[in-house]
Amino acid sequence: MNEADNRVMHWQSTKRLMIITLSLWAFFSFVVHWFADALNAFNFLGFPFGFYMAAQGSEVAFVIIIYWFARSQHKIDQQYGFAEEE
Amino acid sequence: MFKGDFIANLPKIYGTYTGGFLGFVILMAILESMGVGADTIGILFVAFTVFIYAAIGFLSRTMEVGAYYVAGRQVPTVFNGMATAADWMSGASFVAMAGGIYFGGHGYLAFVVGWTGGYILVASLMAPYLRKFGCYTVPDFIGTRYGGKLSRLCAVVILVVASFTYVTAQINATGTIASRALQIPFEVGVWFGLLGILLCSMLGGMRAVTWTQVAQYIVLIIAYLVPVFWMSNKQGFGLVPQLVYGDAVSRIIELEQFHGLGTLEAVEGAKKGLRALTVPFAEAGSSALDSWKFVTLVLCMMAGTASLPHILMRYFTTPSVKAARQSVAWSLFFIFLLYFTAPALATFVKLQILDPTLATSIIGKSITEVNSLEWIQKWSNVGYLQIIDANGDGILQLNEFFMRGDIVVLATPEIAGLPYVISGLVAAGGMAAAMSTADGLLLAIANALSHDLYYKIIDPNAETKKRLLVARALLLGIGALAALVASLQLTSILGAVAWAFDFACSGLLFPIVLGIWWKRANRQGAIAGMIGGFVTGTWYLYMVRFAGMDPWIGIDHLRFGIIGMPVSLVCMVVVSLMTPEPDAEIQAMVDDTRVPVGKTVIETQAAK
Repeated sequence: MNEADNRVMHWQSTKRLMIITLSLWAFFSFVVHWFADALNAFNFLGFPFGFYMAAQGSEVAFVIIIYWFARSQHKIDQQYGFAEEE
Repeated sequence: MFKGDFIANLPKIYGTYTGGFLGFVILMAILESMGVGADTIGILFVAFTVFIYAAIGFLSRTMEVGAYYVAGRQVPTVFNGMATAADWMSGASFVAMAGGIYFGGHGYLAFVVGWTGGYILVASLMAPYLRKFGCYTVPDFIGTRYGGKLSRLCAVVILVVASFTYVTAQINATGTIASRALQIPFEVGVWFGLLGILLCSMLGGMRAVTWTQVAQYIVLIIAYLVPVFWMSNKQGFGLVPQLVYGDAVSRIIELEQFHGLGTLEAVEGAKKGLRALTVPFAEAGSSALDSWKFVTLVLCMMAGTASLPHILMRYFTTPSVKAARQSVAWSLFFIFLLYFTAPALATFVKLQILDPTLATSIIGKSITEVNSLEWIQKWSNVGYLQIIDANGDGILQLNEFFMRGDIVVLATPEIAGLPYVISGLVAAGGMAAAMSTADGLLLAIANALSHDLYYKIIDPNAETKKRLLVARALLLGIGALAALVASLQLTSILGAVAWAFDFACSGLLFPIVLGIWWKRANRQGAIAGMIGGFVTGTWYLYMVRFAGMDPWIGIDHLRFGIIGMPVSLVCMVVVSLMTPEPDAEIQAMVDDTRVPVGKTVIETQAAK
C-alpha cells in the first residue's frame, strides 16, 4: 500500500469515528432532552428520569464518550502508522 | 527538595501544594476555635491564596516567545486538564450555577449539559488538529490556513469581542468576592482583583497562567466539594451526595405542592436582583417550544465551548497531538466533578429550606423565628435576601422569601451550620474560579493582539524582546479597560457569559472546523463566514435585547448563536464554492494537519 492510499484510509477511519462520536454526542445532548417531559414519567433512583438525564446522566455519558474517543483515535493513528513516537 | 526536571516533579510539587493548602485550612480552623473573628479568617483566606498565585506567576516569568505563548508546549495531559478546567469554570459557574438550578430547575440544567458536552466537539473536531498545526493563537490558525491579513483580522475582532464580553463579567466577580471577603468597596475590589490577575499572567504569559490555573483548580474544587460533602453528611442526606439526591428531588416535588408553589400570588416590593421561588424544580414543560428552548441553549453553549479561543489555546500547550486529545478528556472529567455536584447542592439547599421536618427549614415558620437566625440576618444586611410579610399573618410563605441565587453556594455552610472556616474556603474558591478564567481570557485577547495584529499584520520584523514587551503592555491596557467596564456594572453576570459563547460560535465555529475538515474551504469563504455569522448574530442580539423585537420561536438573547451559526455556515460554503479552490500548497497543509506524526504545520512551512 502506498503512502497516499494510506493517508486516505486513515482519514476515512478518522471520519467514521468522528461521525459515530458525534452521533452519540447528539443523542445525549439533544434527543434525550427533547423528550424530557415524557421521560419524567419514569422513576430512576428516586429521580424523574428526564431530570436525571439533564442533571447527571448526559454528563456521565459525555465523560465516557470522550475517553473512549481519545483511545479509539489513537488506535486508528497507530494502525496506519501516523501515531507520534513517545 | 525537588531534584531534576521541573515537569517530572509536577505531581510532587502540586501534591505538596495541596497538602500545604489543607494545612492552611486546618490552621484557620484552629484560629477560629481560638476565637479569631470570621472577618479576619475571610481576609486571610483570600489574601493568602491570591499571594500564592502571584508568587507562582512571578516564578514562571519568561522572556522566550514559545514559553510566553504556549508554555513551551510541555504541559502534561492531566495538568493541562486541570488548568483548562480552572480556565473554563468561571466565577459564574462557581458562585451562580447552583443558584440558577435552585431557581430555574430543569430549564437551567441546559447550561450544565451545554457546558460539559461541548468538550466532545473540542476533542473530535478541533483540539488535536490545532495542536498539530502548531499555531500560537486561534487567529494564527485562521490566518495561516486561509492566508491573507483580512482573514486574520476578522478572527482577531471576533475573538476580542467574545472574550472581552466574558472577561468583564469575571473581573466583576473577582470584585464582588474580594470586596466581601476583604470588606472593601466594590470599585476597589475590582482593581484589587485585576492586580492579582495581572500578577499571575504578566511576567510569564501562558507558562505562568498554566501553573497558576492548576493551583487555582485545586483550591476551587476543594472549596466546592468539601462544603457539599460535609453538609450532606451532617444533615444525614448520605455519604456521597451526588449519588443519593433522587429521593430529595421527589420530596421537593411534594413539598412544592404542600407550600402552594404556582398557586400563590406574586409579592411585589423585593429589591433588585432578588427572587422568590416560582418555577417547579423537576418539571420539563410538555410543549415542543419548551424542548426547543432547552436544546437550542444546549447547542449554543456547546458550539461556543468549541469556539472560545481561551479554551482552544490551552491545547496548544501539550507536548503532542495525542496528549492534546487526552487532555480534553481530562478537562471534561475535572469540570464534571463540579458540574455534577451543582444540581445536588441546589437540591439539598432547597430541601433544607422547604422541608418542615428538618431543623433548618424556614418556609412555614413564624417570621420572628426566621429573622432571629444568624444567616438570615447576615445576608439580609448585605441585601442578598429579604422577607416581606405580604399578607401580614406572621408566617413565612414561599412567595414572601426573596434571595439572590449566589446565596445557594455562599451561604450553604451557614444554613447547614458548618464552622465559619468553610465560608472562608468558599470565598477563596470563588476567587480562584473568577481569577483563573479572567487570566485565560485576558491572555487570549492580549496574545491575539500582540501576535496576530502587531507582529503578523503591523510589524512582521519586530524583535522578540519588543514583541513580548508589546504583549505585556497590551495585557495591562486591556485588563485596565475591562476593570473599568466591570466597575460600571452594565449587565448581569449570566447574560454576559452566555453572550460570549454566542459571539464565538457565530463567528468562529465554522471557519475553524471547516478549515480542518473541508479542504475546499478557501479564504473568501472563511471571511464571508466570519463576517456573515458574526454580524447577523450581533444584529439579532441587538434587535431582541435592545430594540424590542419579539424573539423568533423562543430564540432569545441567550441563544443568538442559533441565528449566527447557520448564516456563517451558508455564507462560508456558498462563497467558497463560488470562488477558486485553495492552491496545492494549502491543500497539502490541510493533509498534514490531519495526521499526528511529524513536525507541526507551521514549522514545516517555516523550513521551506
